[in-house]
Amino acid sequence: MEGAHAQASGMGGMRAAGDLVARLQMTRRMRLQEAKAYLAAKLGCATRDLSDPVAMEQIRREKGFGTIAMTSTTHPGEPGMLEAKFNISEALAIPINCVERFKERARF
Amino acid sequence: MEPKIPTRMGDGSLVEMTRSEIKADLEAGTQLAARRAKVPELTQDELDHLLEIYASAARFTAVDIGEEVVLSNDGTGTKHIGSRVADLQSYEALVGIDLLEFWQIDYSYKAIKVNVAHEGQGMKIAQNLLTNPVQYGAMPDLGRYSAPDGPVPNWSELLPLGKIDAARAAQEEALEMLLADIAYVAEHLVEAGSDGIDMDTTGAAGDADFLAALRASRTLREKYPHLGIEIGMASEFVLGMHGQLTFDGERLAGMWPADQVRMVQQAGASIYGPAVNINTGRSTAWNIARAITFIKPAMAVAEIPVHVNVGMGVGGVPTCVYPPADATSRASKAFVEILKIDGL
Repeated sequence: MEGAHAQASGMGGMRAAGDLVARLQMTRRMRLQEAKAYLAAKLGCATRDLSDPVAMEQIRREKGFGTIAMTSTTHPGEPGMLEAKFNISEALAIPINCVERFKERARF
Repeated sequence: MEPKIPTRMGDGSLVEMTRSEIKADLEAGTQLAARRAKVPELTQDELDHLLEIYASAARFTAVDIGEEVVLSNDGTGTKHIGSRVADLQSYEALVGIDLLEFWQIDYSYKAIKVNVAHEGQGMKIAQNLLTNPVQYGAMPDLGRYSAPDGPVPNWSELLPLGKIDAARAAQEEALEMLLADIAYVAEHLVEAGSDGIDMDTTGAAGDADFLAALRASRTLREKYPHLGIEIGMASEFVLGMHGQLTFDGERLAGMWPADQVRMVQQAGASIYGPAVNINTGRSTAWNIARAITFIKPAMAVAEIPVHVNVGMGVGGVPTCVYPPADATSRASKAFVEILKIDGL
């Protein structure tokens, strides 16, 4: 069922920019169009690119937002998971809870 | 003779209906909802749009490119992939979910309280292994505080005896216990790095259950200005099990989605999740028209994202263990294109 929704109308999560739009909805209580416009302006792309995995792969790699490791494409030398969330937090100007906890506990 | 089109009933069974029969069901669904909730029926353009979506033999349908919405997923995973964190990873990498949820099988804040350190540890591991936002979710589940499961007299037993005041007092006592438990669990999960707290299936025990979620949300928002807070509903209508409870001076019993979303945003939540239950004896066309009619007035007043519940048995998705992709994708498309929702 989740797969059907994801294919029918989802933004693709971190295959595209669904995770980033979700963060703006959660953290800033932005409605969808406002969140998409805000994010597109921050990334310098069109709102349509935000659900396009081809466009977003390039943007995510440039910005250090992390990509999904696949059989044919892995990028172990680039940011992933928690490292990527540091970059997302800074680029989108939103606090990310686990990033803030990491800084506090690693005594940055 | 008018050709038959394969379509679904609310229990998921495959049936054949003519285009005229589907059209009649759409009209009946919106008319019933409009009468019940005292809201406008869907417009002719909206009914025509729904007819195009539902009077089709296509195995799958989808929104237009560029019109996608955020897909949040309360209760992420199947619990059988390997571990709960592996569930989240697979849903991030393979399914393409936008907002994930860490949870335990006893989906109740009261139950989680006794196991909260382990839940926090799981959340911390998840946050280290995932890029997507991960929230923690459970039900307020007020009924768990009543006898025989809890310490408070059972209001469902008191009400038939006519002991109205005692039933109300029991709910008020349980509400305070629930508030303390949500605050306790939330504090531990936020400390572990959670991106948000989800109060799911809110209102399942009536207006006191809904009030607990609203008050918990307000307290959490004051403490954590940037925390994701989602309030998802149990049904389209807040049952008046108490009947006199208010939030910001407004009586909660009897609220439909348009009033629910106003309360949720006043309480400081980030996301509102309306839920409209399925009638298994009617077609999915009838159910989707009814659900959209109930929720449409909420979209007009919403200032926060609205993620409609579209799981098995709510939001036009049939009540069955394995909802068919044809029915699921039609519900997805219908909500996105007609209501311009912010997520599912």
